[in-house]
Amino acid sequence: MSKIIASAAIRGAKEIYGQAEEFLSKAIKEKGEKCEVKFPDTAFYFPMAYALLAKEVKNLSEAKEVLIFSKGLLHDEPAEKIWLPYLGDTLDSGVAALLCEEIIMALRYLYGQEPQKDCNGFFSDTILRTLGIQLVDGRMPGFAAILGAAPDNQTAVYIVRELQKRSIMTFVGSNVKGRSIIDQLLEEKVEMGWDTYIVPYGRDTLSAIYPLNWAIRGALTFGGHKKGEALKCLKYCLNRVFAFGMVLGELDDIKYATGAGAINMGFPVIADTDIPEIKPSGICTYEHVVKELDHKKIVSRAIEVRGIKLKITEIPIPVPYSPAFEGERVRREQMYAQFGGKYSDAFEYVKMTEPGMIEDGKIEVIGPELDDIKEGGSLPLGIVVQVAGRKMQKDFEPILERQIHSFLNEAMGVFHMGQRDMCWTRISKDAKNKDFKLRHFGVILHARMHDVFSAIADKVQITIYTKQEDVEREVKDAQKAYEERDIRVSGMTDDSVDLFWTCTLCQSFAPNHVCIIKPERIGLCGAYNWLDAKASNELNPSGPNQPVKKGQCLDPVKGEWSGVNEAVIQKSNRTIERFCGYSIIDSPETSCGCFECIVAILPEANGFMVVNREYSGMTPAGMGFSTLAGTIGGGQQTPGFMGIGRLYITSKKFIAAEGGLKRVAWMPKELKDALADKIKKRGEELGEPDLLNKIADETVATSAEELLPYLEKVGHPALKMEGVM
Amino acid sequence: MSKPTGNPINDGLLKIAGEKNIETIWDRFELQEPHCGFGTLGLCCKICNLGPCRIDPFGEGPQKGACGADADVISARNLARSAAAGAACHSDHGRDLAMTLLELARGKAKDYSIKDPVKLRNLAVEFGIKIDNKNDLKIAEELGEAILKEFGKQEGELTFVKRAPKKQLDTWRRLNAVPRGMDIEIVQAMSRTHIGCDNEYRHLIELAIKTSLADGWGGSMVATELSDILFGSPRPIRAEANLGVLKEDEVNVLVHGHEPTLSDIIVSASQDKEIIELAKKAGAKGINLSGICCTAAEVLMRHGIPMAGNFLQQEIAIITGAVEAMIVDIQCIMPSLPEIAKSFHTKLISTSPKARFKGMDHIEFNEKDALGIAKKILRIAIENYKNRDASKVNIPKEKMTLIAGFTMENIFYNLGGSFRKSYRPLNDAIISGRIRGVAGVVGCDNPKNQSGLCHADMVKHLIKNDVLVVQTGCSAGACAKAGLLTPESAFRFAGEGLKEICETVGIPPVLHAGSCVDNTRILTACCEMVKEGGLGSSIDELPVAGAAPEWMSEKAIAIGWYFVASGIFVVIGTPLRVLGSKAVADYICNDIEPVVGGKWAFEEDPIKAADLMIAHIDKKREALKLKPLICVTP
Repeated sequence: MSKIIASAAIRGAKEIYGQAEEFLSKAIKEKGEKCEVKFPDTAFYFPMAYALLAKEVKNLSEAKEVLIFSKGLLHDEPAEKIWLPYLGDTLDSGVAALLCEEIIMALRYLYGQEPQKDCNGFFSDTILRTLGIQLVDGRMPGFAAILGAAPDNQTAVYIVRELQKRSIMTFVGSNVKGRSIIDQLLEEKVEMGWDTYIVPYGRDTLSAIYPLNWAIRGALTFGGHKKGEALKCLKYCLNRVFAFGMVLGELDDIKYATGAGAINMGFPVIADTDIPEIKPSGICTYEHVVKELDHKKIVSRAIEVRGIKLKITEIPIPVPYSPAFEGERVRREQMYAQFGGKYSDAFEYVKMTEPGMIEDGKIEVIGPELDDIKEGGSLPLGIVVQVAGRKMQKDFEPILERQIHSFLNEAMGVFHMGQRDMCWTRISKDAKNKDFKLRHFGVILHARMHDVFSAIADKVQITIYTKQEDVEREVKDAQKAYEERDIRVSGMTDDSVDLFWTCTLCQSFAPNHVCIIKPERIGLCGAYNWLDAKASNELNPSGPNQPVKKGQCLDPVKGEWSGVNEAVIQKSNRTIERFCGYSIIDSPETSCGCFECIVAILPEANGFMVVNREYSGMTPAGMGFSTLAGTIGGGQQTPGFMGIGRLYITSKKFIAAEGGLKRVAWMPKELKDALADKIKKRGEELGEPDLLNKIADETVATSAEELLPYLEKVGHPALKMEGVM
Repeated sequence: MSKPTGNPINDGLLKIAGEKNIETIWDRFELQEPHCGFGTLGLCCKICNLGPCRIDPFGEGPQKGACGADADVISARNLARSAAAGAACHSDHGRDLAMTLLELARGKAKDYSIKDPVKLRNLAVEFGIKIDNKNDLKIAEELGEAILKEFGKQEGELTFVKRAPKKQLDTWRRLNAVPRGMDIEIVQAMSRTHIGCDNEYRHLIELAIKTSLADGWGGSMVATELSDILFGSPRPIRAEANLGVLKEDEVNVLVHGHEPTLSDIIVSASQDKEIIELAKKAGAKGINLSGICCTAAEVLMRHGIPMAGNFLQQEIAIITGAVEAMIVDIQCIMPSLPEIAKSFHTKLISTSPKARFKGMDHIEFNEKDALGIAKKILRIAIENYKNRDASKVNIPKEKMTLIAGFTMENIFYNLGGSFRKSYRPLNDAIISGRIRGVAGVVGCDNPKNQSGLCHADMVKHLIKNDVLVVQTGCSAGACAKAGLLTPESAFRFAGEGLKEICETVGIPPVLHAGSCVDNTRILTACCEMVKEGGLGSSIDELPVAGAAPEWMSEKAIAIGWYFVASGIFVVIGTPLRVLGSKAVADYICNDIEPVVGGKWAFEEDPIKAADLMIAHIDKKREALKLKPLICVTP
C-alpha cells in the first residue's frame, strides 16, 4: 500500500535533509557564509530552488535559506493506526528531498567532488538549449532516468537499447548496494554520451537531481514561466516534459524520497521489484508508481504510464526502410510492376474523416494484389488515406498527402514520382521476391503518418483500390478535393494565407523577442513552421503561438504588414515597432538565441554569409558562431545580422528585399552540402544555375581577405548587385 | 423503560434511567405517538385566528381553511416558514461571529485573535476591501463591517453567491432567487406567509428557496468562514467519539450547542495551568472537556476535543453520573435537561443571551470577558467534582477513534501537497471511475429512526458502492461512533475503487467536515470540483447527492432547500410535511428538477435511500459520459 511509500519517502527526505544540513554547516564553517557556490554553466543558480522558491542562490548563506525552507516541508511518518492523510505530506517531502539534493550537489562542486568519474554531472544550460527544445516540442519523445542496477549486464544493455530504439533520452545512475548501471554499461562497452542518448549522471541517488533540475529549467526557458511560479513550472513538466523514473533493483528511502519529488513534476516511477503501486491519477497524468517485473516489458510499460507519444520507427515490411532509399530509382529492367504514369490510372488522396467512421491501422486492398499480376505488368492504383484526429483539419490534408511521395520512396525497392492523380510508382523484382505487397504501402503510410503527424493524426486508415472501376469512381472524389485545395492553399505561400503566427516560446530568456512564423519563413529555431504553429495553437490556444492577422500590406518587397507590426509592438512589450519579414537591413526580425543559423553582412563582399550552429570554425565575418550569437541574440533588432531557421535559406522570401539567395557569398561546407539540391533549384529560379558553386565555404576562405578573390574568380552575382549598405 | 433504541450504549444508560424513573426523549417521544396526522401531512394551519384549520386528507371533510387556503397553500406556507426559521438560526449564528470579529478588531475582545490571517485577507478581497498595508485588525474591522452589512442589505446580491458556478448563478437570477441580504429574505418569508398574502404554492416554494439560499450562501457561510478566521482553519486531526470519552478521574465538562465563540475559549481555559492545578487540588487528575451536538464538531475539528455524543445523547450523558458541568448556548438543547440533572450532581449552565432554560444557572457570555467567563465556568465545574457520587457513575466503555478536520481548502493540500495543491486527483478519480461520486450525509438524529444507525447503514452502503462520503454535524458523530471515520474503514467497508483512492491519499472513506453551518464547506467544495474541470459546468451536473436520514430541526429544512436549489439531489428519511398536498409533493420531488437542478426524495429505509442516491449519481455520470466504474462491487 502507498502508506509504505509515504513512510519511506518521508523518512528519506529527512535523511537527505540531514546530509544537506551537515554538509552545509561543514562548508560554512570551513569557507564562511559568503563563499560563492554554483553549478557550472547555468544562469538559473540552483534551478530547482530558483523555479520553485524564486531563490537566486549564489553563496552558502543563501543555500542555507533554501535548507531552512525545506525543513518546513518535512513531516512525521504516518502513524501505524488511524493515520492522518499522507499524500500531501509525502509530496512535500519529495520537494524537500530535491531542494536538499541540489544543495548537496552544489557543495560537492564547491569541494571538487563532481562530476563523478565517467559521469556528466550537472546538465548545463547549453545542453538545455540544444536538446531541451526537442524534448518539449515532441521531437524527442521523452526522457528516462534510470536509478539502480539491472540484475545482470545483459538486462541493463537490453533496457537502454530498448529506450534508444525509441529515441528516448536515457539518464543512467544511482546504484543498488554499490553496483551501478553505469558500470554495467561501461563493462559492456556501451557507448555513452549525449550523441547516443545515454548519459550517466552519477553513481548515487542524490545525483538524480541533475535530470530533474534540468527538466525544471525547460519550464523556465521554453514555458516562459518566471522564477517562483512553482505550480506553473511543475505543471509545465507534467504537460510538456515526458519523463519517467525507472528504478532497477531494490528501493531505499532515498530513492522513494527522490521519486516523490519527481512525482511533483508529473514524472511517474516504474520499478522492476515487487513494490506497492499507486495507480490513481491526478498529480501525474496516469499512474504514479507501478511495478513491472518483466524486463522485456518494462520499457513499454513505462511509456504507457507516462503517456509518451511514440513515433513508430520500426515499420513491419519485408524490405529495409530508411531515408537513405529515397533517391533510389527502380529501372525498367529491375521493375516487377508499375502503377500510374502513362501505364494506368492512379491517384493518391488524404482525406479528413470523422473519428467514428474509421479504424486506426485498418488497411484494405480492394482488387488484385501484386502477386496477381505478371512481371512487367501494371494495375490501376488508388490510395486513399483517411485521417481522423481531434486536431485534424481540412487544411492539413494536402500537407499530409504531399508526404506520401517521400514516405513510399523511403522503402527499398519502391520508386515514387509525382502526386495527386499524376503519380507514378514502381516496385522492384527484389522487393517482390521478399514478399513485398501493395498492402505494405498501407503499412508504411499508417506508420509514417503517425510518426510525422502525431499531433494531429489520431487514427489513420488506408484503402488501396486496384480495380479500374473503383479507381475511376474514387478519383472523382479526390479530384474535387484537389480543385478545392488549389483555390484554398495553392502551396501555402505567405501571400496565400491571411494569418501568420507569433511564437513567444523564448520570451523567458529574451523577454521582448517574438518570431512571426510565415508559410515561407520558418521559426528561427527551425522547429516551428506555419503549420506547426497552427497545430500548436490548436493544442494550446492561449500558448505562445497566437494568430496574427496580416492586415494591410505596407511593403510587399520588404514584407511589411500593418497587422504584423501591431502584433510585434504588443508581443515585444512595446520595444519593437516594425518588422520587415524579408529584409535583414530594414527593421529585420529579432533573434532570441535558439536560431539554427546566423545571417551576417559581409560589406566587402557586398553580400552576406550564413553560418550554422554546428560549425565551430572561423568565418569571414571575423567571428565564430558563438561570438556572433552573443552579439545578435536577446530579442534586439540588429540590422545586417539575423538568426534564422535553415529552411528559410532556400525560401523565395529569403532576404528578398536585399536580393535573396544571390547575396549569399559564404556558407560552411556542411550546410552547403545539406542544402545542395535546394540551393541549385533556387539558383536556377534566380537565373544563377551555378550559384551553389559560387558560394564560398571554409575550404576556400575563412577570412574576408581570402573570400574576395574567390568571389571575383567565380564571378559571384553579389559583386554585381547594387550596394548592400 | 423505553423501547430499545437500536444503540446498546444508549440502551444501557436508559435502563438506569428507567430504574430511577427518569424520563428521556424516548419516553416522551413514545407518549406523542401516534403523531398528529394533519400535522405530519402539513395540513394544519395555525397562522391566523380564523383557525386553527385543517384539511381532510381523505377528501371527505373540509378541503379549504376558513380563509380559503387549500392543502397546497397551507403546506407550502408551513414549509416556507420552517425554512425561514432554520435560515434565521444559522444567520444569527453567523451574525454573532461577525460581531465577535468586529469586537476583536476594535480592541474589545482581547481574548480572541486572528488565527487564520491568510483566510482573513482572502475573504477581505472577496468583499472588495483594499488590503494595501493594513494590519490584520484593520482588515478585520472592515471585513466585520462589510459582513454585517450583508445581513441588512436591501438590494443587490449576496457577495458569496459569486462563488457559485456561473451557470448555477444564472439559474437563480432567472428565478429571481438570488438573496439580497440575510435578514430581508427571512423577514419576507414571514410577511409573505401571513394570512391572505402569498397564496400560490409554487411562488411560496420559490420563497423557501430564496430564504434558504440566504442561509447556505449567506448566514451559514459567514459562520464557517469567520469561525476559521477566529479559531483557526481545521486540518485533519485525530480524536475520539462516544460516551466512553468521559473519564472516571477527571472533571468532565461538556460543551453543548452550536456557536464556537465560548466553547473555543473554554478549550484554552481548560489548558490553563491555574485551572488544571485547581482541578488537581479538587482531587481530579485534570479537566476533561468534551462536546455534544455541533459545538462538539466545532471544537473537534479545530482542537481534537473528543465528541461525547450527538443530539440524542445529551440527556444520557448526564445519566452517566460523571458530568460535573454542561455548558449550553443555543439550538437543539432539550429543555428537559434540568429535570434530569436533578437526579445527579451535574451543573447546567446556560450562557447565551438568546436562550434561557428553567432550572439552569445562567452565566451570560460576552466577548469582552470571554476567558474570565470561561474560567469562572470551569471553576464551578471543578468545585462540583466533589459532589460526584461514585455509586451513580456509569461511564460506558465504548469509544472510537476518528479523523476529522476536512475542509474545502485543505483538500487542495491533502491531494497535492504544497506545490501541486489541486482537486485534480478527486476529479480524476471520479472521471476514471474509481470513485462513483460524492455524497453529503448530514443532519440530526431522531428517535423516529433507530438512533444513529440510519446514518451508519446508509454510509456503509454508499462507500461500498464507491461513493466518497462527506459528513457534518450529528450524522458525522453517528458514523464516527461506528468507526467509519477511520482510514482503516476503507479496507473494511469501501468498494475497491474508493479504497484505492483512500489508500493513495491516506484518508478515511468518510470525511468529517464540521458542524451544521459547515455544510457550506460541501457547497464550496462542489464549486471547486466544477472549477477543476471535467465534471460539467455547474453543481447540478456533478455526480453528487445529499441526505439527512434522521432530520428533525427546521435548520435541516433550510439546509436541504439550499442544497436542492444549488442543484443537488437530497434524500431525507421521514418526509417533509407536505404529503397532504399532492401538488406540492410532486413539485418539490419531481418537477422542480429542471427548474433548479436539484430535487427532494423521501425514503426512510437508509439502504433504499442510498440506492436512490447511487442511481442519481449514475444518471449524472451517464450525462457527463464518464467511464464505467473501474471496479464494480458485486
